[in-house]
Amino acid sequence: MKMELIQPFINAGDAVLSETLKCSTQIGDVNMDEEVYRRKGMAALITIQGDIEGRVILDLDTKTAAAIATALMGSPVAETDSAVQETIFELSNLIIGNAVTTLNDQGFRFKIHPPELHTAEHGINGSEDTEALVMCLDTPAGSVYMNIAMRYNRRRKTERESVVRA
Amino acid sequence: MEQFAALMRSKDRQPIRYLVVDDSVFARKNVTKMVESFGGNVAGEAGDGCTAITEYDRAIPDIVLMDITMPQMEGIEAAERIIRQHPDARVIMVSSVGYQENIVAALQKGAKHFVQKPVKAEVLYEVIKYVMGEDAVAVEGAAAGDSK
Repeated sequence: MKMELIQPFINAGDAVLSETLKCSTQIGDVNMDEEVYRRKGMAALITIQGDIEGRVILDLDTKTAAAIATALMGSPVAETDSAVQETIFELSNLIIGNAVTTLNDQGFRFKIHPPELHTAEHGINGSEDTEALVMCLDTPAGSVYMNIAMRYNRRRKTERESVVRA
Repeated sequence: MEQFAALMRSKDRQPIRYLVVDDSVFARKNVTKMVESFGGNVAGEAGDGCTAITEYDRAIPDIVLMDITMPQMEGIEAAERIIRQHPDARVIMVSSVGYQENIVAALQKGAKHFVQKPVKAEVLYEVIKYVMGEDAVAVEGAAAGDSK
């Protein structure tokens, strides 16, 4: 498991949810996904390509999404598909953006694709070099699941430069 | 939401006018709510960089709150174009992607400051005060919305 690639996403998920919901969150179940991914609610899939590559799936049920949306907006938000989708996309952008900031400052360069709605019953399998970690962040609004599969693709910029200098 | 002393323009004691640019309707609503709690008025909104440029020309706001990652034209390019046309424009970048290269690029193009998402109201308030400088005054006792 490439923890140095996965940890920024865990930290970002924790920080963004704590800040958004103004509460403490707890990391619940964590396990490696050896089976195909089965979403629990509505999910956003974000693909990353570059020095590191892989994908993150953010998954939450409509009730949790509506509760988070309500916290984000400061006023009640209905459990409609559009509100739920918008919440999941916004949460994804916040979490991925914060994680990307950490990874970029560590020297990794990559492109983030906009979130896509993940509606299939199963996702992408983990593989030998792209293990998927599934974790649950427990919040007062409900559980938020993150499925993270990330691997090295190329050397990071500073390593490439040191190779060139040598 | 926390109570803030209303920020008004020094020259005429009118509310500061904002252009809020973000491709997420959700994010725009959130930022709009914050600036209204600072006593400001949202003079325009845009969901991409191209619209932001035309909205700026139309509304001539005091402050632009600009997301970076957007469709069609990203925030840094839109900020650069706005500042080229309006050298006095005050653009604050607001993004979840806050790595150094992005921040430096935005500042080099003329943006005045950077605020990382998720936006904390107290941080945004202080940044707006800093960017407005002597062109704004905080009016104690004026609750949000009193100025509108």
